[in-house]
Amino acid sequence: MKNFKRVHFFSAILSFILATGFTLAKAQEAPDVGPHPATPRPPMESHIGNLTGHSDASPAAYDYRRYCAGCHGELGDGNGENAVWLDPKPRDFTMAIFKCRSTLTGTLPTDEDLFNTIGRGVINSNMPIWNVFTKQQRADLVAYIKTFSPRWQKEKAGDPIKIPAEPPVTIESISHGKALFTKLECWKCHGPEGKGDGPSAATLTDSKDNPIRPYNFAAGKDDSRFKCGSTNADVYKIFMTGVDGTPMPSFADVVQPNDAWDLVHFLRVLQTHRHSKENDVLNAAGGKIPPYVEKQAEAPAGQLENRGAGGGN
Amino acid sequence: MRMSKTCIAILVAALCPAYMFGGTISGKVTYTGTPMKMKPIDMSKEPTCAKQHATPVMTEGVVTGPNNTLANVVVYVSAGADDANAPAQAVTFTQKGCQYGPHVLAMHAGQELDVLNEDQTSHNIHPLAKVNREWNKSQPPGTPPIKDHWDQPEFIEVKCNIHPWMHGWFAVLKTNHYAVTGDNGTFTLPNLPPGKYTITAWHESGQKQTQDVTITGNETKTLDFSLALKPY
Repeated sequence: MKNFKRVHFFSAILSFILATGFTLAKAQEAPDVGPHPATPRPPMESHIGNLTGHSDASPAAYDYRRYCAGCHGELGDGNGENAVWLDPKPRDFTMAIFKCRSTLTGTLPTDEDLFNTIGRGVINSNMPIWNVFTKQQRADLVAYIKTFSPRWQKEKAGDPIKIPAEPPVTIESISHGKALFTKLECWKCHGPEGKGDGPSAATLTDSKDNPIRPYNFAAGKDDSRFKCGSTNADVYKIFMTGVDGTPMPSFADVVQPNDAWDLVHFLRVLQTHRHSKENDVLNAAGGKIPPYVEKQAEAPAGQLENRGAGGGN
Repeated sequence: MRMSKTCIAILVAALCPAYMFGGTISGKVTYTGTPMKMKPIDMSKEPTCAKQHATPVMTEGVVTGPNNTLANVVVYVSAGADDANAPAQAVTFTQKGCQYGPHVLAMHAGQELDVLNEDQTSHNIHPLAKVNREWNKSQPPGTPPIKDHWDQPEFIEVKCNIHPWMHGWFAVLKTNHYAVTGDNGTFTLPNLPPGKYTITAWHESGQKQTQDVTITGNETKTLDFSLALKPY
């Protein structure tokens, strides 16, 4: 009789433990993901192609807390506990200023810009290539990021800039690009060979007064090591939209879209270690860039338009 | 029809709104304490600018005049006046000799801002707005003025990343009653209709002072401000 009672007693305790365990396990499915800001953030949506993300989708807050908050902070202000060790600092989402955009300087990026940044990571920084996420998770996270700044409710994203078709890579294009690099004074920060050693390079600070270095085109081997993507179109976008929050301005007002492609071709040959079509063309031309000769308009004999000096239009 | 002088006077008085004969607030801004020492700017990295200055120019974080007067203070009506519309006329901010002119530019929210580059070198205009949108544009020499405007009131620091000594400020206000003091520290705010006003004096060191004043008619009220400056 005593054993029976003891068995009953222990099985009751065991059942209790198991029941509690089940309840807790169920609770794990939807953890409380505080902190709970005083002003609740209205839910936001993101639209990337056919995909729609929701900031209040159940994994979004959890994913952010698990994967992002350590650097970007629970309040999205870039002050996660890891942030003190990091350079460059994690993005402060509360400012809604982003480096990698397809939209003009001073405007919000598109949802696709953010979606791509999460998936691509940011090379030369601690932002990894987030290939653990499904596309839906990424879309939900884009929507979640948009809850951190009221700008997303007040403003529409900028329109993506129109990028004309890339012209062929020729030595003339590269030569024009070099003339533009000189005329636009890119070398003041980037240096004459793009090594990030220009006269103004040492004093550059970003918009939060952290020291920052200009991009060094000559660094790296076969990877292209651009923060915002490695295609020619990505390079085009960098100087036509500006890298907001940094010293890199937008040249959209002062460079014609077709001339911008020439500049891209020249920038590629500054990447001396990287195998590229542009470097092939340069090598085929003997490895030297000829001086740029501005094309004169076709004119009747005896009347030559006076186009003026200097490269570029 | 010839109108008598009395008739004309009555007509003028009836048609002219009262505030055309409004009151004026004027005064002087001085400082106490020891201000930061200004340092000479080394422009040797930009010879086209360096040669425009016979002697090196000083930084402009704190510009003072004789008898402890303080320049570059924005004195404006911060309460009491109806929010007016932005004037149609643009304000101009120029880059010359690798310096901003004026160092502090006041304007109404929504008013057009034209930025000129009068130098032979490229500059980039980088207003570090936090309430408004921050943007950053390159402006090579000989290119047209950059036109923009600010929607929200804010004091915006402006810098050029290429020339790190260049600092300026945009004082974006929601009133047209403002003045920026010169070296003699004086300011005048005319055309104020009768009412109770709050006047704020703002300086880029972060110091500011607010005072209340009442205008009853066409009088001129004197209002002096004193800001405490620190050496760092």
